[in-house]
Amino acid sequence: MVNTADSSQDIAHSAPVTGPVLGNDGRPLKASLARSLRRQKLRALGLIAPLLIFVLLTFIAPIADMLFRSVENNIVGDVLPRTVVALKDWDETTGELPDNATFKAMALDLKEAVEDKSHTRLGSRLNYEQSGISSLFRQTGRKVKRLDVEETTDFVAAFEDMNKKWMDVENWQTIKAFSGRFTDGYFLAAADLTKGPEGIERVPENEQIYYTLLLRTLKMSLIITFSCILLGYPIAFLLATLPLRTSNLLLILVLLPFWTSLLVRTSAWKVLLQQQGVINDTLVWLGLVADNARLELINNQTGTIIAMTHILLPFMILPLFSVMKTIPPSYVRAAKSLGANDWTAFWRVYFPQSVPGIGAGSILCFILSIGYYITPEIVGGTKGVFISNRIAYHISSSLNWGLAAALGTLLLVVVLGLYWLYDKFVGIDNVKLG
Amino acid sequence: MALPIYASPLQRAWYYGFRTICTLIFLFLIVPILVILPLSFNAEDFFTFTPEMLRFDPEGYSLKHYRDFFSNSDWQNAVVNSLRIAPMATFLSVSFGTLAAIGLSQPHVPFRRAIMAILISPMIVPLIISAAGMYFFYSRIGLQGTYWGVVMAHAALGIPFVIITVTATLVGFDNSLTRAAANMGAGPVRTFFRIQMPLILPGVISGGLFAFITSFDEVVVVLFVGSAGQKTLPWQMFTGLREQISPTILAVATILIAISIALLTVVELLRRRSERLRGMSPG
Repeated sequence: MVNTADSSQDIAHSAPVTGPVLGNDGRPLKASLARSLRRQKLRALGLIAPLLIFVLLTFIAPIADMLFRSVENNIVGDVLPRTVVALKDWDETTGELPDNATFKAMALDLKEAVEDKSHTRLGSRLNYEQSGISSLFRQTGRKVKRLDVEETTDFVAAFEDMNKKWMDVENWQTIKAFSGRFTDGYFLAAADLTKGPEGIERVPENEQIYYTLLLRTLKMSLIITFSCILLGYPIAFLLATLPLRTSNLLLILVLLPFWTSLLVRTSAWKVLLQQQGVINDTLVWLGLVADNARLELINNQTGTIIAMTHILLPFMILPLFSVMKTIPPSYVRAAKSLGANDWTAFWRVYFPQSVPGIGAGSILCFILSIGYYITPEIVGGTKGVFISNRIAYHISSSLNWGLAAALGTLLLVVVLGLYWLYDKFVGIDNVKLG
Repeated sequence: MALPIYASPLQRAWYYGFRTICTLIFLFLIVPILVILPLSFNAEDFFTFTPEMLRFDPEGYSLKHYRDFFSNSDWQNAVVNSLRIAPMATFLSVSFGTLAAIGLSQPHVPFRRAIMAILISPMIVPLIISAAGMYFFYSRIGLQGTYWGVVMAHAALGIPFVIITVTATLVGFDNSLTRAAANMGAGPVRTFFRIQMPLILPGVISGGLFAFITSFDEVVVVLFVGSAGQKTLPWQMFTGLREQISPTILAVATILIAISIALLTVVELLRRRSERLRGMSPG
């Protein structure tokens, strides 16, 4: 691009020694270089842009939407605009009911809400926070149609007439507490907390499902990761020490399950683990288990742990294997020639060098396992399900999308934190496939 | 690690003991998949070996579960849906992904790490979270329950695999080849299709296979983003496993195992070819 002979001439008679070095087009060389660099950057960005926009639209926007939904609470303000304004001046700590004007505002809001039935949606939204509110709104919605707003003066009495529960200060407190545009209610619910009149408190022991579920998810993921290490380490060790030809052949045995459809493997376990399945039949035939005392291997935690260990084992073996391949065999030989016995040579020399592989494999297995949905759903029964199954339940069955989003956000934070660790120790760029 | 002749009895015992343990673990890995194969030919509607099967009596074996699979309209619809969704999703992720991988492999890319993190994220985020987010967002913009919604969701999930495999192939790519082509008067498009593409093709194909398998195998996202009209094969299997499990599922599983063996072979051959090509190119 730049002719050096010309530019040296340029320097010789056009510029003082201290001035900028010029190219043969008369521009400073530095500027031309910067421009060409900029053009290169733009070209690269131009190539990346279509995909980046695609991923932002199809993937990042949904995730952002989920994060937003976990705190979004527009429904109260949208359905009861007047009430929300009127409730602003009400002091909920005194234990007294709101004034007549607030009741009137509620009547006007409800009358409008009944038109498009949004009061039932509001009812089910507030029902997540306080059970019973849903039916209160539904019943009042039917009666409020007959209420003549022009004629009535005592709205408190009118509401008492429609449903006694309106005299319950708690209901008003709930409406006021969740009248903001944003709420932390879903996150509190996801952490088994609730907003009582005296601030945030724990829900009763027997209703603490999410805490138990999260603990179970973490505990079972740890067990699964640990079983993967236990089963994966010998295999990776064997593969790394065998001659290349044999190890390539044996590697196929690891890669085949890795490539087999997840549902195929899950159905295999569903079939094998049944009480009348192959494993129990074999055990009975061998005489290890009595026919009337067949093992319960499915629809409980055992089922989930066995199936998930099988499914995640390749994710442990492959990183372990790639780390072990780089450990020079001469180190162990050197240790032995210096007098170490087999165990010492392994434990003091070989094992420490394979620890990065264990770390990489464990984080990978753990991350994959805490987000698993399909396998626990099929072989886990009720006792062996994970937090993801609860998320799915809230999306498709209970329709409490806000809580599903909050649980999803918590899970996402845990997974991203673990990935940050993974990136620090292993590097995302080192992710290898197959 | 052959056993030396001077090994002590203890070493000898450990040597064979270790091999036995490893054999058992290999069996744990492979037997669940292999057991499916003979069970799918069961003449009865059982999920275990019948006495006839154990005696290798031909009476105990039949193709009835396969016949059921090929004649049942639910399964056939599911196959058709899978074959309509997966290739389109693969096409989208491969075409966008290859372009972006070439862009990412240039020497000067601003915000490289951030861009890479965004593009890889569909692989990192647990599927249930992706599914939840996509369900919420796609129902806002009217894509939920549509063919294109599922295709776009699957394409997004397949993109990280394409990016990873193609950038890995591009590491060994000799950039002087494109410069030489440009020097001889080829335009950027021609250089791409005649010079760069043939050389990175193994990476592109194996990335495409990964993307295809991701979509073909995916059930969580399609459960939420799709509707009855997009019921894919994994979805049908999932419903079958959860509700009334019928032995037809074993026949389907056997067919899918055959497909994965074929894919595994193709990827392995491509990897070898790519390594050979890389060994040939200068530098």
